[in-house]
Amino acid sequence: MRSDTATPVLSVSGLSVDYGTARGVVHALDDVSFDLAPGETLGIVGESGCGKSTLARAIVRLTDPSAGTIRLGEKDITHASRRDLRAARRDIQMVLQDPAASLDPRWTVGELLAEPLAIHRIGSRADRRGRVADLLRKVGLPPEAAGRRPHEFSGGQRQRIGIARALALEPKIVVLDEPVSALDVSVQAQILNLLTDLQRTLGVSFLFIGHDLSVVEYISDRVAVMYLGRIVELGDRDSLWRRPAHPYTRALLDAAPRIDGPAAPAGPGLTGDTPSPYDLPPGCRFHTRCPNATDLCRHEAPATRELSPGHLVACHFPDTGAEPSSSARFGSGI
Amino acid sequence: MARTDTASLPPTRTDFRDRAVGRLLRRPSALVGLILLAGILAMAAFADVAFPGDPLDMAGSPLLRPGDAAEFPLGTDMMGRDLASGIFHGARVSLLIGGVAALVSLVIGIGIGALSGYYGGRVDRALMRVTELFQTIPPFLFTLALVAILQPSIATITTAIGITSWSGLARLVRAEVLRLRNSELAQASIILGASDARIIFLHILPNALAPVIVSASILVATAILTESSLSFLGLGDPNVVSWGGMVGAGRETIRTDPHVAAIPGVAIVIAVLALNLLGDGLNDVLNGKGERR
Amino acid sequence: MSDPVLAVDGLSIAFQTRRGPLPAVRDLSFSVGRGEMLAIVGESGCGKSLTALALLGLVPPPGRVTGGTVRLEGRDLLALDEAALRHVRGARISMIFQEPMTALNPVLTVGEQIMEAILEHEPVSRKAARERTLALLERVRIPDPARRFAEYPHRMSGGMRQRVMIAMALAGAPAVLVADEPTTALDVTIQAQILSLIDELRREQGTAVVFITHDLGVVSRYVDRVLVMYAGRKVEERDTRDLFADPFHPYTKGLIAAQPRGLAARPQAGPGPAGVARERLTEIPGTVPALAAMPPGCAFAPRCPLADDRCVRTVPPPRPAGSGLVACHHAGESHAI
Repeated sequence: MRSDTATPVLSVSGLSVDYGTARGVVHALDDVSFDLAPGETLGIVGESGCGKSTLARAIVRLTDPSAGTIRLGEKDITHASRRDLRAARRDIQMVLQDPAASLDPRWTVGELLAEPLAIHRIGSRADRRGRVADLLRKVGLPPEAAGRRPHEFSGGQRQRIGIARALALEPKIVVLDEPVSALDVSVQAQILNLLTDLQRTLGVSFLFIGHDLSVVEYISDRVAVMYLGRIVELGDRDSLWRRPAHPYTRALLDAAPRIDGPAAPAGPGLTGDTPSPYDLPPGCRFHTRCPNATDLCRHEAPATRELSPGHLVACHFPDTGAEPSSSARFGSGI
Repeated sequence: MARTDTASLPPTRTDFRDRAVGRLLRRPSALVGLILLAGILAMAAFADVAFPGDPLDMAGSPLLRPGDAAEFPLGTDMMGRDLASGIFHGARVSLLIGGVAALVSLVIGIGIGALSGYYGGRVDRALMRVTELFQTIPPFLFTLALVAILQPSIATITTAIGITSWSGLARLVRAEVLRLRNSELAQASIILGASDARIIFLHILPNALAPVIVSASILVATAILTESSLSFLGLGDPNVVSWGGMVGAGRETIRTDPHVAAIPGVAIVIAVLALNLLGDGLNDVLNGKGERR
Repeated sequence: MSDPVLAVDGLSIAFQTRRGPLPAVRDLSFSVGRGEMLAIVGESGCGKSLTALALLGLVPPPGRVTGGTVRLEGRDLLALDEAALRHVRGARISMIFQEPMTALNPVLTVGEQIMEAILEHEPVSRKAARERTLALLERVRIPDPARRFAEYPHRMSGGMRQRVMIAMALAGAPAVLVADEPTTALDVTIQAQILSLIDELRREQGTAVVFITHDLGVVSRYVDRVLVMYAGRKVEERDTRDLFADPFHPYTKGLIAAQPRGLAARPQAGPGPAGVARERLTEIPGTVPALAAMPPGCAFAPRCPLADDRCVRTVPPPRPAGSGLVACHHAGESHAI
């Protein structure tokens, strides 16, 4: 699927997640497939209800998939037992959105960072102390931080602690679920720089879940756009931003204003709300809001096809036209 | 290499627990509760020193009023037993039964609540049915029946109170554990590969403790009241003196010598009040009410 | 500019604490004209939301307005008593919030709530109020207004609820609309819809809009003038275009530079995936000082690359610069960084 031949560290294929709720079954994730290469960042972007958080949770097996496979390297962990998962977890870790909620307020930072090592019985107590100091240095916190409790830190510093904890087991993959959404812009820049530096020095792969397009664009090598449980477009960052083929991708890029972008949206924007996940539209799930929808779209779900090597789209009528003139899309910035 | 976060760390604040204790002591009602409780504990601790000998023995003339005789500051009952000695020794029994019964109920309540909340599903449904069964039977009648069947002794009374009073606590713990189990806190541990036992004992229960501590103080108070009621009805341990038993013994002379029943009655009121004041104070401090920052 | 609709002068707000008052907004002045959209931007804790609440006399305790005036159409709102204020609120100035659910009554239908808002301020019949409500629902582009009238807030999506809030805010045809992060909780395609709606309303009805936000992208697309706040003070106020083209204050510069750049800033046809050249973002080192530990001079001095003795000692007063004001001792020379 990708042009280079490196064995993927993570390979997701046909992944679906259904939830049974009081109001009926929700198909939160439907037939999602992608690979993650070593040292790569894949961004997952979409609006609320698109399934991006379910995807993250399914990959780290917080949620059980109802179909499809998840492979970590050669190993299929889709239905791995808790025992097998324990070992697998050394390779895949996650940073949650709200470090204030995921760090036990009663523990010191040193204890929190040593916990993953204790769980997997790595090193002696003294070794672990050394590792904690090393982790703190890696994420740019002073060694004294080990003796403090999470509430004594600012939001940005707490997220550094969350990142350090995820890195403690030296995983091959870190899933980042909206890691900078709760942070102010200036602090967000600090964390994004930190992630970039860590990836360069550690060679770790990131799966970066986000809703802020400029952040996802900045951090990702490739990006998958999701809508109502499906990946509608997947490609390397620049081709996606230069030539969005799916009308939803285009609308998303147009809708998000940015300071170096055009002063006015290029198109009229999407009308209406995202349909309820309890009551999914037949055919293409986007047809209720799509400006180009036809009868075909209303009746038949589009198959995923490859527009150019590595650029996938699930649309009956993808925009394969030439790149829009630069003045229309990003030339008239302030 | 990452750049160091140039923001220096804020100055160390005192530990959460230290601050909680400090805030507790700054509340007048909680402070009064603590002082009263300390007084009762001191009475229990020094009962043998202050009043050596069996408090059930006849010590002087019957029905002396407080102040009648210097050696019996609180007077005597119709059997000539020293009321002051009874209050001191009775504090032991009341606190012992209250404390141990609360402990029994905490162990059962936390155990069932934690299992139910953490595992959910079938385990939860089964355990909650049992809990509901216990909740539908009036606890005092249930205790009464158990003690009557088992023969009254400190051990049976304590066990009976413990067995009949855990259901509310189990529901409370279940709700807290359920909340924490679905929180990012537990999820972060699951992702790290932690075992269930580690997650429950190291992360979930310690963070669910605040409301449990509050209800524990009320449990002790309720247990003391229940024991007093049992003793008053004649279902106390006949070999030890307890406040409820003393009130029961004073019943017959309530018209002529009300102090015999009133003095142990006041002791019960003070003990229960102290525990309730403390419980309220703990609730405000631990559940973050009352103070803004 | 003609007479401003809303003129704020020297507004100061402090939290009353056991250790004395803690200033959260200091000496803030700005004005908004008819049909103008002014954004107040800054990071969390800068005092922007408190300022928004002060415009309607809604500062919650322990906060208190400690000085200044808020003149709405010439009348100082801070001098009015609660009864008089209630008369002005909703009629001449209204507000929409980040989370409409907290401002809507869950047990009344949205139609009833908008009707209440109308009847509160005008002696019209219920029938007329109902008609007006339907017109308002249509005005804010809620499809099928007659059906939506009878719906409860929790049945609606976040975007629809925000439209209801806007309809309610418009019920009295106010001169000023204060919008506190109205789209922060919404998805970007819905955000675009709500922002265009607000933009259209102020153009067509001449409503002045005070827009509180942390999102510079949104500011650049919809707003005429921007006021940047830092640690309770105004540090810069400029026409939007000028601000983004040439920010004067080092904090503003830092904020803009911290934003990830888009496609236009990247070289054409970068290398393949996993090797995308990534320019480092410009960080503003450190964090915003706590209210209780505000430095005596310029609050930004501890994080500022230009700070010198003067900045540490004295607070820079706002002075005219370009199309607006800037509060920095080094504003003239700050082109250097």
